[in-house]
Amino acid sequence: MLEVQNIHKSFGPLEVLKGVDLTVRRGDVVAILGPSGSGKTTLLRCVNFLETADQGTLSFDGERFRLGHVPRKDVARLRKKTAFVFQSYNLFLNKTALQNVTEGLIVARKMPKAQAEEIGRRALDKVGLSDRMDHYPSQLSGGQQQRVAIARAIAAEPEIIYFDEPTSALDPELTGEVLAVMRRLADEGMTMLVVTHELGFARTVSSQVVFMEGGVVVEAGPSQEIFERPKEERTRAFLQTGGSER
Amino acid sequence: MDERLLHIIVDSFPKILAPGLLVTIPLTAIAFALAMVIAVAAALAQFGRVPVVTQLCRFYIWIFRGTPLLVQLFVVFYGLPRVGVTLDPFPAAVIVFSLNEGAYCAETVRAALEAVPAGQLEAGYCAGMSYLQTMRRIILPQAMRTAFPSLSNSLIAMVKDTSLASNITVVEMFRAAEQINATVYEPLVLYIEVGLVYLLFSTVLTWLQGIGERKLGAYQRQEG
Repeated sequence: MLEVQNIHKSFGPLEVLKGVDLTVRRGDVVAILGPSGSGKTTLLRCVNFLETADQGTLSFDGERFRLGHVPRKDVARLRKKTAFVFQSYNLFLNKTALQNVTEGLIVARKMPKAQAEEIGRRALDKVGLSDRMDHYPSQLSGGQQQRVAIARAIAAEPEIIYFDEPTSALDPELTGEVLAVMRRLADEGMTMLVVTHELGFARTVSSQVVFMEGGVVVEAGPSQEIFERPKEERTRAFLQTGGSER
Repeated sequence: MDERLLHIIVDSFPKILAPGLLVTIPLTAIAFALAMVIAVAAALAQFGRVPVVTQLCRFYIWIFRGTPLLVQLFVVFYGLPRVGVTLDPFPAAVIVFSLNEGAYCAETVRAALEAVPAGQLEAGYCAGMSYLQTMRRIILPQAMRTAFPSLSNSLIAMVKDTSLASNITVVEMFRAAEQINATVYEPLVLYIEVGLVYLLFSTVLTWLQGIGERKLGAYQRQEG
């Protein structure tokens, strides 16, 4: 469903991605692991055009694009098929929880308000926040904000959800509630591409693992294989430190 | 206090208040509304780094912040007739005050736009919204909340600055006080009196600012 080939990205003299390939099939939960500075977040941001890659190709649903030369119209169209969950939640600060979920439906997808609110209520119910619909982000805990962000993502019925370190900004006691919601999504067959430091989550929930370091993919494969029989020494060392090598 | 003075104070009060309500306030309201349109447009153009328009905005702000308001009033009212542009005092004052205020407020709004976290725009994109949709629905409302106290400040300053319009023959509140003084010559009480009416106007605006901030700030309230 999503295939990225030979993606390169530099910030000034610093080359962050040095030719990365990535494949996500429908229904896959792909975890991208790696130490800090390995380029995993940049990869995710390039895939959703939040950063413009210098070169590479991207195929989505059989459509092929040359990265760095994707027309704005196509970017907008592709983004409507995807959703993005940020490390820092990025909820719309001037909107309530429910409005955060319905905003994209009403404004971008031109859905009638009543229908959007119905979907919004169901999405918030699904992440266990039906009693927080009218709260503003400033009135919610980090874990609650991230669950609203996930509700915002699923309400759009995307073909894939990108997660950028969704629990890294949370206190340890709050990561559990967010991971539980993500686990449920995975069980329902949602296609997910997740940059994470949560090895436990990657091990038990993801179907595929991509291990990155220094802007390249060191090793990729089925999650069980990577965790139990890593081929590369670097992967093994990283997994042994418990992913704490940030 | 002698009876004559008391009589002057009481007698002049409606004569000062009337031009206040009929000239000072409309001048301020019209000019400030236009200034807001200019400020938001100039701030958005600069924030979006629209080529050419951004440079024009910088030039405009440079000129109007860098020269005295009084000089601007004189150039437009007394100067422009030399090139065939003759304006009545009131419209001339509206034009100068809105351009001058617009230049200052454009900077306030631009700074407030820059202060909105970058993630808000990205979140808008990822929700499928366009740049303009995200600006209108998410970024600008947050920026206006941030800018509100500064803009209120500018508005209050402007109420008082409209007294400068007396120099281009606009019969606003201060000019009215001057005219009364010319006949009775009681500068101390009359200028204090007109000052108190300005203070009254400013006080009302300060009170309205408080209400506005509470209303706009609903989303920033923490759960108690």
